Amino acid sequence: MLDQPTNERRLTIARAMAEAMQQEMQRDPRVFVMGEDIAGFGGIFGNTRGLFEKFGKERVRDTPISETGFISAAVGAAMDGMRPVVELMFVDFFGVCFDAIYNQMAKNAYFSGGNASVPMVLMTSTGGGYSDAGQHSQCLYGTFAHLPGMKVVSPSNAYDAKGLMTAAIRDDNPVVYMYHKQLQGMGWLGTEPGATLNTPQEGYTVEIGKAKVVRAGSDVTLVGLAMGVHNALKAADKLAEEGVNAEVIDLVSLVPLDRETVINSVAKTGRLIVIDEDYHSYGVSGEIIATVTEHDVSKLKASPARVTFPDVPIPYAKHMEQFCLPNPDKIIAAYRKM
Amino acid sequence: MQPTKEQSLWMYENMVVSRRFEEAIEKAYLEGKTPAFNMANGPIPGEMHLSNGQEPVAVGVCAHLNADDIVTATHRPHHQAIAKGVDLKRMAAEIFGKSTGLSGGRGGHMHLIDPAVNFSCSGIIGESCGPACGAALSRTIQSKPGVAVAFLGEGAANQGAFHEALNLAGTWKLPVVFVIEDNSWGISVPKAEATAVIRNDVRAAGYGMPGHYVPGNDPHAIFDVAGEAIARARKGEGPTLIEAETYRLAGHFMGDAEQYRPKGEKDALFAKDPIPKMRERLLAEGCTATELDEIEQRADSLVADAITFARESDYAPESDALTAVFV
Repeated sequence: MLDQPTNERRLTIARAMAEAMQQEMQRDPRVFVMGEDIAGFGGIFGNTRGLFEKFGKERVRDTPISETGFISAAVGAAMDGMRPVVELMFVDFFGVCFDAIYNQMAKNAYFSGGNASVPMVLMTSTGGGYSDAGQHSQCLYGTFAHLPGMKVVSPSNAYDAKGLMTAAIRDDNPVVYMYHKQLQGMGWLGTEPGATLNTPQEGYTVEIGKAKVVRAGSDVTLVGLAMGVHNALKAADKLAEEGVNAEVIDLVSLVPLDRETVINSVAKTGRLIVIDEDYHSYGVSGEIIATVTEHDVSKLKASPARVTFPDVPIPYAKHMEQFCLPNPDKIIAAYRKM
Repeated sequence: MQPTKEQSLWMYENMVVSRRFEEAIEKAYLEGKTPAFNMANGPIPGEMHLSNGQEPVAVGVCAHLNADDIVTATHRPHHQAIAKGVDLKRMAAEIFGKSTGLSGGRGGHMHLIDPAVNFSCSGIIGESCGPACGAALSRTIQSKPGVAVAFLGEGAANQGAFHEALNLAGTWKLPVVFVIEDNSWGISVPKAEATAVIRNDVRAAGYGMPGHYVPGNDPHAIFDVAGEAIARARKGEGPTLIEAETYRLAGHFMGDAEQYRPKGEKDALFAKDPIPKMRERLLAEGCTATELDEIEQRADSLVADAITFARESDYAPESDALTAVFV
């Protein structure tokens, strides 16, 4: 299998992302990186560490705090033949620059009838759980995945993080690369140990648009991405103690969405729970459930369930935020109600 | 910097082609829209922003550009596209929504993209600026020749995107020139009611670049100022901001009754129509009437051919709507 680690080199997602960028920059002179604090500082979340020292300020550019300016510049550079990797530090900041993203980056290939392309990567951090409140903790997966013209990926571990970054840089289309802050392996953000995996040194790609069955089971299908996968795996371990055998699917990509892997799993288990740290309504969880029910509702032995963030801004106080976030116990409770 | 005779004639020809093109588009646009005006009807549906009167800015700037240079344009892009050398037939076909159009009918008149001559535009005000910076950055990183020109209207100079792009260009000393076509109206709101300064060229000082204002909707004056700015960018000396006075002889879009205009303003503008003025100037400079008549006839037939091509082309299959989202 493509995703089997080939050595014993454990990397964090942050280091895996940086390594992929470094290797692609070495391989392809058209690749450059820009964003806020991504040069000497190495990225607030560590994902560009070492690039500035290796490639210098021409190809590893600190930008002004000016997301509209530099993200629309990335669009112009991509259309002129470069392959920019540009960082939107927190996905929550999309509000100041979304025109560059959804009206330009995502539409110019279509507006040219495919004669022009916009090969760029927009990497952006997602997720809460560390009391950063409602403008620095959102996921917004559904917001980006809803709008046509951009691929959307979100790794749950370092192996996928490296392979997805390599694939995203090589892709001729715009790719939104959403990395969850609590999976980054930065100690100060409360690291999820399951995200730090053996990661091959040599370059490789992880296919965009292909989900992974990360734990096989027969009684219920748990579908998630990024942090949701780790919550699902923990819930599956606890359910196993009661003799319930849960299958866990890591979506890996939201666009294109691998509907087939989800449909096949539910055909086997008959039960579906979607775990999504994004808001409850109009998002990924609803899309996954619709995918299964539209295909063949008779495969379901129980109504599908979802464990999501309620439709409220993300609260600051620790106990309030934790009350809202998905966790393994909520997944188990959802299963018990089925 | 003054144009050679050849450059002057090139500018005149492109102004005439542009005007004739808009006149032909206007005629076709109105087909099927009378007696009741319904924007969705006729061979050219949707909004239509004509550039009549604004030709001098496009030709005065683009006379200094070649196919390798980059132009990012606005929601009113026809004159800019023509001056940059976008294929007239494919552009006309795009506006008619045909399969032979630049994008096969997916983009329409506000979304003309022609990679062959590095031309693109956006229907969102101010959004020509950032991509021009990026294209200029691309040339800088690759040590490849070429400058980028972003066209925008004076209304766009109040958008955040404009100010962010100018700061980026000034900070990174990019080979980019920002050209504001000041037609003095943001749809119905006059410039003075929407802009904190009388002239936008002064805003250049805030971004560490020179700024120039060009009055008179005069192609020769624009040629002069743009030539220096583009030469400066080519030499690696950084960006420039130009604001050029121009006149919108049409409404904001077709169907605009223009009741916001002061009485008599339109008549005064037509009296200053830059195309007859340029013809007079060329005659005074020694061009013959025959020479100019030939240019006008050539423009007529270029436009007629383009419109015929567009009308006779087929529509793409409906299902093409579902393709080219990704390459």
